[in-house]
Amino acid sequence: MPELIDILIARYNYWVVICLMMIGLYAMMAKNNLIKKIIGMSIFQTAVILFYVSIATKHDASIPIIGHGHNGHHAIHAADYMNPLPHVLMLTAIVVSVATLGVALALAVKAYQQHDTLEEDEIIEQLKTEYLSQ
Amino acid sequence: MKRFSLICVLLFGAVLLYGSMDFPAFGDPESPASRHLSPYYIKNAIKDTAVPNLVTAVLADYRGYDTLFETAVIFTAGLACFLLLRRFRREPPEFRLYRHIDTGVTLIIEQGGKEPTDSNEFQQIDSQWVPYDLIIQKAAGLVVPFLQLFALYVIAHGHHSPGGGFQGGVIFGATLILMAISNDLRSTIRRVSEAVSSKLASTGVLIYAGIGALCLILGANFLNYSQLSKLIHVSSVMARSHGILLIEIGVGLAVAAVMVWIYYNLVSAGRHDEGL
Repeated sequence: MPELIDILIARYNYWVVICLMMIGLYAMMAKNNLIKKIIGMSIFQTAVILFYVSIATKHDASIPIIGHGHNGHHAIHAADYMNPLPHVLMLTAIVVSVATLGVALALAVKAYQQHDTLEEDEIIEQLKTEYLSQ
Repeated sequence: MKRFSLICVLLFGAVLLYGSMDFPAFGDPESPASRHLSPYYIKNAIKDTAVPNLVTAVLADYRGYDTLFETAVIFTAGLACFLLLRRFRREPPEFRLYRHIDTGVTLIIEQGGKEPTDSNEFQQIDSQWVPYDLIIQKAAGLVVPFLQLFALYVIAHGHHSPGGGFQGGVIFGATLILMAISNDLRSTIRRVSEAVSSKLASTGVLIYAGIGALCLILGANFLNYSQLSKLIHVSSVMARSHGILLIEIGVGLAVAAVMVWIYYNLVSAGRHDEGL
């Protein structure tokens, strides 16, 4: 039992990420309102970003910016600095997620203009009656 | 449906949690993600590019091709919002509201009526107008120039401290959105019009792609900034550092302009007359 608790504590970042991810996934699947679905998508994206940033961490390492006065006097050790690659990937992903959030909201505005509602079941009902009347 | 999705989510979460048992522990320096490529970046980035901020060096130099298309994605998102929402031909509104600034009297001008032109005496107001809060308006007006200066600092100082084109561009775009929220949409559009923001967005992407093409013309690979040393008479390592600064400026322009452009279209549902 203590070994199991050690395993769980050593990987608590994955637990947090998976909980957040499942909250987002549940909102995307179960909520009826389109805006709430978009909020769920944002939570899911945040969970992915958190996952990437958490795997970049190293114990006793500094941020990935090499200190000044480092003019080749002593060697740079990779273990002293965090992994910069996940930070780079997520830096662009955050801004792209904001831009795609804008597109999702634009689609929601368009759906509201067309159907006068943002509830998914009402939109489907309207589309069904439209299809049957043709 | 709710119960079904709850069961699905719980099952999926349990599978993921079970899978995470095999993952490296939190903060493990020997994890596979930190073993292969990142030691090369950490050891060689300052030798290759003279940029101490490894994130900027990897973003704009080693993975410059990737970042070029990330910028293109952001530009495409702005374009998609524009094409989805923007309405040019529209029926004129039934009435417009003008407020006499000195007395606070509101005039309702019906369709076809003559509208007051003197902007010192009359001010057009939104149909759902609430009196502006003086404190919010003045505080935002005081803060905006300093925030914009900070955004430029974040872009220009991205080599040595956390920052760069994406972050600075977002801060700059947010200051313009703050102006639109604290005053009104029309006054912000008068300052930064839609034409300006869309042109700046495409200029930003073109600066990035143009620097890449310039390296191609100078006889190196696309986005290999070391060839810029032929133009600006510095060592090839410093040329890479300057090349990174140039494309960060392009990224910052594109991101700031796209943020503002998306905001204009979303907040007024494409009509650009009134909004938050």
